[in-house]
Amino acid sequence: MNNTISNSIRFVVFLLLQILIFNNINLFGYLNPYPYVLFILLYPVNNNKSILLITSFAMGILLDMFCNSGGIHALSALVLAYIRPTLFKFSFGLSYEYQTVKIADKISPERITLLLLAIFIHHFILFFFEYYRLDLIITILSRALISTLFTFGICLLIIYLIKPSKR
Amino acid sequence: MQQIINFIIKNSYRLLFLLLLGISFSLIIKSHSYHRSEYVNSTNAVTGTYYKKINEVNEYLSLKDKNKDLASENAQLKQLLFNKKDTILTSKTLFRSDLNNYNVVVSKVIKNSFNSRENYITINSGKKVGIETDMGVVNDKGIVGLIEKTSADFATIQSVLNTKSKINAKIKNSNHFGSLIWDGKNVGYAQLIDVPRLASLKHGDSIVTGGNSDIFPENIPIGKIDEIFIDKKTNYYTINIRLFNDMTSLGYVYVIENKRKKEKQLLESKTIAPKK
Repeated sequence: MNNTISNSIRFVVFLLLQILIFNNINLFGYLNPYPYVLFILLYPVNNNKSILLITSFAMGILLDMFCNSGGIHALSALVLAYIRPTLFKFSFGLSYEYQTVKIADKISPERITLLLLAIFIHHFILFFFEYYRLDLIITILSRALISTLFTFGICLLIIYLIKPSKR
Repeated sequence: MQQIINFIIKNSYRLLFLLLLGISFSLIIKSHSYHRSEYVNSTNAVTGTYYKKINEVNEYLSLKDKNKDLASENAQLKQLLFNKKDTILTSKTLFRSDLNNYNVVVSKVIKNSFNSRENYITINSGKKVGIETDMGVVNDKGIVGLIEKTSADFATIQSVLNTKSKINAKIKNSNHFGSLIWDGKNVGYAQLIDVPRLASLKHGDSIVTGGNSDIFPENIPIGKIDEIFIDKKTNYYTINIRLFNDMTSLGYVYVIENKRKKEKQLLESKTIAPKK
């Protein structure tokens, strides 16, 4: 119950942050970070996976409405939600389900791998379907890389901000 | 039957994924065809109202700049009024005598985008004031784009900065036509293609909208020639144009309705000669 409420709050907060602030940054005229991927990554490991799929899709389609971007956010958020268990396995090892993984705990190398990998996959799909042309693959890759770094920085900042202080 | 149900229950996660994947793919494919998807755009009530509210806040913060813009536009209009004779002779501006065939509606940009390859602008007036698909949109500096989708209170504009847009344009004071496109790279520049090599061009010449278009009146300013290339295969010029308009900062725009468009199209459809 508690989880459901915190998830819904997170959904709304990330959506609002994205459309109010991060869609208007336009660094160097074209760079925007997409830290709403954190919503997908911070979803508790043991919760219902189908709900994650549906909420990620909903998050994506709402963003698409606000950005006039067709369905690219919906698609990339959905794919990220689907491959999330594989990414967790890759970066934390097989026993990831038994340890309570919370990204907000501590910044360790495993978590940085997970974040970078997840953000890059999401951004690559996003830009690939935005450009929708194979001959621009170099542009797509470079834009995905630069945006990944930007989003990664913003995500670290957000994680530090929402991290509960234990001291 | 039992087995089918079992199969569905067992694979419900994967089936759900495939279903949602299918939906998003079809949305993407639709959005890359000429006309955008019906539902996922910012003309609907929720997103439109949201952008209107945000715009109200932003506008309050930039009142000073807006005032300055309005004052300078006022000055320009006054100048037109006082020098009426001259302006008709040189046909320099948008407000000309043949504008009687055009209806102009003022509207305000509430959402502007310029960082992707297919950029759309949202404005805060729609069908209620008579805005329809394929009307032209300009502002005091020059061309902005075409109306793409409308709802009761909002409309989206396909910006000049959209790789799908193609607008008829010509070199000022000559009748050599070309098509205005955007290569998706720089927000300050657009490209004019298919200009015949016979045309005499100079660096700094003005580019204006052409008379072939059903959408825009003739001679609306677009930009200045910045660089000229010759396509060796086709013998046509490709010209880089510095846009007069700063597409990254748009305030009030004017939507132009061509009252004689239907009449013209009817006549052209009756004539058998193929239209370019």
